[in-house]
Amino acid sequence: MAKIMMCGNEVIGEAAVHAGCTFYAGYPITPQNELTHYMSFRMQEAGGTFIQAESELAAINLVFGAAAAGARAMTSSSSPGISLKQEGISYMAACQLPAVIVNMMRGGPGLGNIAPSQADYFQATRGGGHGDYRTIVLAPSTVEEAWDLTHLAFDLADEYRTPVMILGDGILGQMMEPVEAVRRHLHGKGTGLNPNKPWALTGCKGRKPNVIKSLLLGEGELEELNRILQIKYGKIESKEPRFESLYTEDSDLVIVAYGTTSRIVRSAISKARREHLHVGMFRPVTLWPFPETQLQKLARKTKAFLVVEMSAGQMVEDVRLSILGQRPIHFHGRAGGGVPTEETIVEMIRDILKPRSKKRVYA
Amino acid sequence: MKKIFERPASLKNVPTHYCSGCGHSIVHRLLCEVIDELGIREDVIAVCPVGCAVIAYEYWDFDCSEAPHGRTPCVATGIKRTHPDKIVFSYQGDGDLAAIGTSEIIHTANRGENITVFFINNGVYGMTNGQMAPTTLIGQKTSTSIKGRDPVRDGYPIKMSELLAQLPGAKYIERVTVSNPANILKAKAAIRKALKNQMEGKGFSLVEVLSPCPTYWGLSPKDAYRRIDDELTKHFPLGVIKDI
Repeated sequence: MAKIMMCGNEVIGEAAVHAGCTFYAGYPITPQNELTHYMSFRMQEAGGTFIQAESELAAINLVFGAAAAGARAMTSSSSPGISLKQEGISYMAACQLPAVIVNMMRGGPGLGNIAPSQADYFQATRGGGHGDYRTIVLAPSTVEEAWDLTHLAFDLADEYRTPVMILGDGILGQMMEPVEAVRRHLHGKGTGLNPNKPWALTGCKGRKPNVIKSLLLGEGELEELNRILQIKYGKIESKEPRFESLYTEDSDLVIVAYGTTSRIVRSAISKARREHLHVGMFRPVTLWPFPETQLQKLARKTKAFLVVEMSAGQMVEDVRLSILGQRPIHFHGRAGGGVPTEETIVEMIRDILKPRSKKRVYA
Repeated sequence: MKKIFERPASLKNVPTHYCSGCGHSIVHRLLCEVIDELGIREDVIAVCPVGCAVIAYEYWDFDCSEAPHGRTPCVATGIKRTHPDKIVFSYQGDGDLAAIGTSEIIHTANRGENITVFFINNGVYGMTNGQMAPTTLIGQKTSTSIKGRDPVRDGYPIKMSELLAQLPGAKYIERVTVSNPANILKAKAAIRKALKNQMEGKGFSLVEVLSPCPTYWGLSPKDAYRRIDDELTKHFPLGVIKDI
């Protein structure tokens, strides 16, 4: 099969069109601009709507409107812009509106920089905005996987009527990788509105009026909505965790990493394996729901864990919550746009599995 | 016997939560009368604001959505672009449209979105206990300007309709009021024109309605209606601001 080169941002755009997305709104911010550029012409080709919004607040609320009207809708941004979108994401979670939000993370906090980062893990997996809610979070590690997870994102959003986030970073967004040429469906049309949305706002012909709202002032009404949301989240937590394991069957050390970081870890593991070091990797594909039970099972087989992130230590908390003190958990993280190197990870693997002195063991 | 007056079908037969003398009830009724007369109830999708009209969907018998405060025109745009054949309007107060949602209304008008906006201007935040709004008149007492709005501290009452009229994307903007029966009929005609513009694909239309808030103006309903004619219309003149 012929292959062509596309960057992660473009592939997500093309996958969205292929998945039937008919509405995209975005606001410029690096490192996700290729996605907005791509959608600006591709939506038009596919018969959908592209709006360059005046702000991230506007973009997410344009998506709110399109989602309420029954469209498959998407917006994208990077860290500071995603903070602004949290208002709309909370409203959409409460109104049970499906939508896909892409965050190509950059260094933070504040305006930060435009280097890759994974420092929005907490924000993405804990809800991010106000109130008790969660968003499904999918973390592709390659451009090819971004294609599949974008489709999955739209399907999960519709199935559970909830916002889904695709969480990548500047490397995934901007790096070009070969993808199957068939995946570029030039001039292909989106599939349009999903007819199975009886709740959507389409005009009340032949039915009672539909209302999309999250304001519930009556005694116990909001508590009831929260109960319904929590039941839904429980179902997602039991049915939807996804992960990849690499050499976990015979590993004394399991490295937990996601997204771009997992690719560096993969290289480090190959190198360490050549030194006969029994090390493997557990890569969460869904960050929420976190594959907690699956990771827990590994605690019985392995002796220790190492978490590697492009952050000061965020996913490591979910690893700790999964392992519950059964095994030591080491951590290596770089914040502010720093990228862990293969060499450092290999050295850490050596130190953990063959400590030369107590001092060298990372905790 | 011939029925000459009845409740519009688009207006549910339920009591509203509005205060005595509030203008929202009148505007709701006018809007529903026009929707019935145009025969578009089943095609209408409304977006309700955050503010006193936040639960307008409890009174309107057609599809409705809420919106985060001020993002009302964005939600309306998302709906309209998805269903270009439906009639989509946002209904917004002065806090929603003239304060927190200033950016959204400007850019929605500037893109020339084919939606209709009803802007209910009573110069005060009614829902949250009567704070000063961007449209509060100079000298007007509110819970955050207890000595009266002072332009040095608080700035000036903003004329949103005149500001929006500068934008080429805005096609029709008129300021009306519901202060007396003659003005109510003019308001109804403006509401009809704004919705018809959308049906004819003319583009962005906005009707600003000067509306009384007896509760937070500290006046009887009768005096509140009189204040519109005596004071509000001096700063916010009635009439067509733009029609192209």
